[in-house]
Amino acid sequence: MQPFNYLKPSTLTEAAALHRQADEPVYLSGGQTLIPAMQQRLSAPSDLIDLSGIAELSGIQAADGAIRIGAFTRHAQVAESAAVRSAIPALARLAGRIGDAQVRNLGTLGGSLANNDPAADYPAAVLALGATVHTDQRAIAAEDFFQAFFETALDHGEVIRALEFPRPRRAAYRKFPNPASRYAVVGVMVAEFDDGVRVGVTGAGPCAFRAHGLEEALNASLSPDALDRVEIPHEDFNRDLYASAEYRAQLVKVMAMRAVRDLFDP
Amino acid sequence: MTEATGIGAAVKRREDLRFITGAGTYTDDLNQPGQAYAVFLRSPYARAKVGAVDGSEALAVDGVLAVYTGQDTSADGLGDLPCGWLVKSKDGSDMVSAPHPPLAVTQVNYVGEPYGLVVGETLAVARRGAELVNTEFIELPPVAVLGGAARADPIHEGLAGNLAFDWELGDQAATDAALAGAAHVTALEFANNRLIPNALEPRAALAQYDAVSGEYVLRTTSQNPHLERLVLSAFVQIGPEHKLRVIAPDVGGGFGSKIFIYAEETAALWAAAKVGRPIKWTAERSESFLSDVHARDHLTRAELGLDADGKFVGLRVRTTANLGAYLSTFASAVPTFLYGTLLSGQYRTPNIHVQVQGVYTNTAPVDAYRGAGRPEAAYVVERLVETAARELGLDPAQLRRRNFIQPQDFPYQTPVALVYDTGNYQAGLDRALELADYPGFPARRAASERAGKRRGIGLSCYIEACGLAPSQLAISLGAGVGLYESGEVRVNPTGSVTVFTGAHSHGQGHETTFAQVVSDQLGVPFDSVEVVHGDTGRVEFGLGTYGSRSLAVGGSALVKASEKVIAKGRRIAAHLMQTTPDNVAFQDGAYRSGNQQKTIQEVAFAAYVPADYPEDLEPGLSEKAFYDPKNFTYPAGTHIAEVEVDTQTGAIELVNFVAVDDFGRIINPMIVDGQVHGGIAQGVGQALLEHGVYDEQGQLQNGSYMDYCLPRADDLPSFLTDLTATPCDHNPLGVKGCGEAGAIGAPAAVVNAVTDALGVRDIAMPVTSERAWRALQGVAGEGV
Ligand SMILES: Cc1cc2nc3c(=O)[nH]c(=O)nc-3n(C[C@H](O)[C@H](O)[C@H](O)COP(=O)(O)OP(=O)(O)OC[C@H]3O[C@@H](n4cnc5c(N)ncnc54)[C@H](O)[C@@H]3O)c2cc1C
Repeated sequence: MQPFNYLKPSTLTEAAALHRQADEPVYLSGGQTLIPAMQQRLSAPSDLIDLSGIAELSGIQAADGAIRIGAFTRHAQVAESAAVRSAIPALARLAGRIGDAQVRNLGTLGGSLANNDPAADYPAAVLALGATVHTDQRAIAAEDFFQAFFETALDHGEVIRALEFPRPRRAAYRKFPNPASRYAVVGVMVAEFDDGVRVGVTGAGPCAFRAHGLEEALNASLSPDALDRVEIPHEDFNRDLYASAEYRAQLVKVMAMRAVRDLFDP
Repeated sequence: MTEATGIGAAVKRREDLRFITGAGTYTDDLNQPGQAYAVFLRSPYARAKVGAVDGSEALAVDGVLAVYTGQDTSADGLGDLPCGWLVKSKDGSDMVSAPHPPLAVTQVNYVGEPYGLVVGETLAVARRGAELVNTEFIELPPVAVLGGAARADPIHEGLAGNLAFDWELGDQAATDAALAGAAHVTALEFANNRLIPNALEPRAALAQYDAVSGEYVLRTTSQNPHLERLVLSAFVQIGPEHKLRVIAPDVGGGFGSKIFIYAEETAALWAAAKVGRPIKWTAERSESFLSDVHARDHLTRAELGLDADGKFVGLRVRTTANLGAYLSTFASAVPTFLYGTLLSGQYRTPNIHVQVQGVYTNTAPVDAYRGAGRPEAAYVVERLVETAARELGLDPAQLRRRNFIQPQDFPYQTPVALVYDTGNYQAGLDRALELADYPGFPARRAASERAGKRRGIGLSCYIEACGLAPSQLAISLGAGVGLYESGEVRVNPTGSVTVFTGAHSHGQGHETTFAQVVSDQLGVPFDSVEVVHGDTGRVEFGLGTYGSRSLAVGGSALVKASEKVIAKGRRIAAHLMQTTPDNVAFQDGAYRSGNQQKTIQEVAFAAYVPADYPEDLEPGLSEKAFYDPKNFTYPAGTHIAEVEVDTQTGAIELVNFVAVDDFGRIINPMIVDGQVHGGIAQGVGQALLEHGVYDEQGQLQNGSYMDYCLPRADDLPSFLTDLTATPCDHNPLGVKGCGEAGAIGAPAAVVNAVTDALGVRDIAMPVTSERAWRALQGVAGEGV
């Protein structure tokens, strides 16, 4: 690890100011991705701006029809939150299956989304639930947020403050974990709203996406069988030692079917 | 007194208190005043010429003390890292050893191969220095894939090809004839996947040199410190043996990977003398993946012939074994003498012929890892037998029974050199079938099918040769060292006992088991016996721990030494009781004659305070012994795996695993159970999860835990284990060894279960969910 300055602001304004002044600053949230990257010298920031002291990044508030979760909320806090469990149980369950206990005790919602790992779980939920990403500068719709492989709509120095998840009628998440990393080889969230069904897919492609083909089929008939004959285009899917693109396509379909089944039998 | 702690008692491991409270002393916990730190320069290429190494920028960094390269070690006359076992090819020629300098001098041959090191005041400074070293490499085309490597251009300059040896064992003509005349021949072709050992504690060294005394001390993660000292003095020639001390303190697992004499520990010791400072080096996990010796990696074609009654008539095996870029310390013995000799399994197969070609590739060296050759052999035999049974429509258990070596056949001479001492294979199979509820399997399978899943069951009746090894036999087969073990039993003046063993505990629990053995022999309290190991400065000599040898060989040496102690004590006791030694009986820690009695503690006191003492006897009560085994030991058993496969995803769940093992006499059943559990986990890991993958450019594709999958608790069911016992008849304890059984038996059991579930003849290890899914689809494709 290279030497760096450690800074701990207590407000977002202060954080932004520190960020502007530094050479190669980087925000530190749970550190579960950033610290290993620094240890491997893939990342060598001049200034580490720790977000843990900023009160307005914490907290979970349930409001009418939506739940707002601060960016600094740890995965374990989401998993255990009574408010999340009652409003969107599928989201609490998703958080409870990220990585292992140590990772969940440190990793945060904002860190996960800013990082936009193609195999991360939360992006599937953000897309399926049509969440809004609130930053220190603006509100970004889910669809606009995830742009490409490890790329988001965040500008340089922009901080995620909170995520606002609309409450669906029902939702379910299914994940096929990589046996080594336990990240998602494929993860699918299916959420039903008054105006239709949304399906968010992670792990399969270079960046999480909404599966419009699956949504159409489910809007026609919300049942596992409805997905039977849907083609999952997989030319752009990821391939690695563990899973080919074709296999990932199969997993997308199977995870989606199982998530639909869970809607009725949670 | 001895009831709770003697032989056969499940004594809790003494070492665990310090291990689980963080009070262990591992190499990285140790520090020396004034120590500097080493960081190694490693090849980023699988094969390249090493040009100029420019360390000037590194040396300009404040705190960088030195930059050394292979040029420096070679200028100082450091010898090569030798392979300790000379294998001969079938034409009688010696194996071809590629020169293996500790630091590469002119050419690097695998990614991660060290070619230099930077020494700095701190680890951070040394790292920074290493980043600033500019090295010119001229890339050369690598040979990184085993298939075809034997025929590819030689990777080592000056060698004619990549074949290190072409070895055979058994009667080829008779085997060919037997297969030609067989009523049925089952043939399989498969790979035994490459594994990366992953000890919990990475390798480390703390090296010192004292310029005044000329003494070197190397504290390191070794399974065999005396062997390390021998090689460093006799071959690498760092310093004379009596000026070298190697200490292996607490060592956090090895599984074989810490047997070998590596570049880093060697170079650190040399560099400590060069810079005149103690030097510390601890591998990072990513260095471990690249530079610890890897394991297995075979391609095999095997054929089993059966007659019309289902009796085995012949077995023919052709294997290509990947040796990696260099011959590691025992690399040549593993795919030959520890593999070919085990192909008789538990069966009366009259004709066996095996040919093994050992091949160099531009990958990390390959050598022994838990099981070492025997898992590969068990996999060949047990996959073939199970497949033959399915092809013939026979119950796999029944086919095995028909071919087992019977209890009355022992000692049994196999056609592949070994003489099995004792065994009862039928008993192990029967007990395992009972524990696995074999008759209930069809009903369980039907239930799984109703739930949309496929269920399969698979057997594996493995054998292993442990207790390495009878020295004369091993040396006649090419070993460069004897494989006896030494022990010393020192009864202190107050009657407590210090035991010195040349075996080395790196997780096995010697401090407990060996104390049980000696306290039982001498009839002294368990708590009064202390076991010392792992230090060439304290223990006379030793060959270390591997090949499930510690108890069978090292324990036997302690029995011999204890017997000598008892014999000497008898003469002292006789004198004290004014009788002759043959009138004195020893039992339960006391010498008795008539109604007189002297405890061994009283006798020890007399031995050290010889007020009233036999004239012709030396004072003191301490004895040494070397024990050279008469034969290997032959643990064997039956493992049964049951799996359920999700037909939509191919995900495999291991739902049941039964292991019934015959380890001979048991000293501590709890430790045995722990060894079995760990071994099974590693065997299941090989079957389902683990695979070290190099791409064609020789880059390791999964050198981190994000990609290399070790088995975890939630991948495994709770194992059902039991024991049968036919004591070994040629060592004093009757023990056989238990350290490797799980890793040997499990892979074939699991793959037999998976192929049963999927209804396919064969499937490659590790059976990933995609592989299983593809097998269910009946489609080949881009899967891995
Ligand atoms: C062993 C292991 C297993 C894992 N398994 C999973 C898994 O199964 N599923 C899964 O989804 N994830 C998994 N993760 C990832 C983990 O859960 C974290 O979500 C992830 O590491 C990022 O979150 P963090 O809080 O640690 O962010 P950090 O590592 O602190 O930061 C990551 C990046 O985001 C930036 N950042 C952080 N917070 C903000 C913010 N509020 N605004 C703007 N930028 C920000 C940082 O500057 C940095 O570039 C795993 C991680 C590990 C180490």
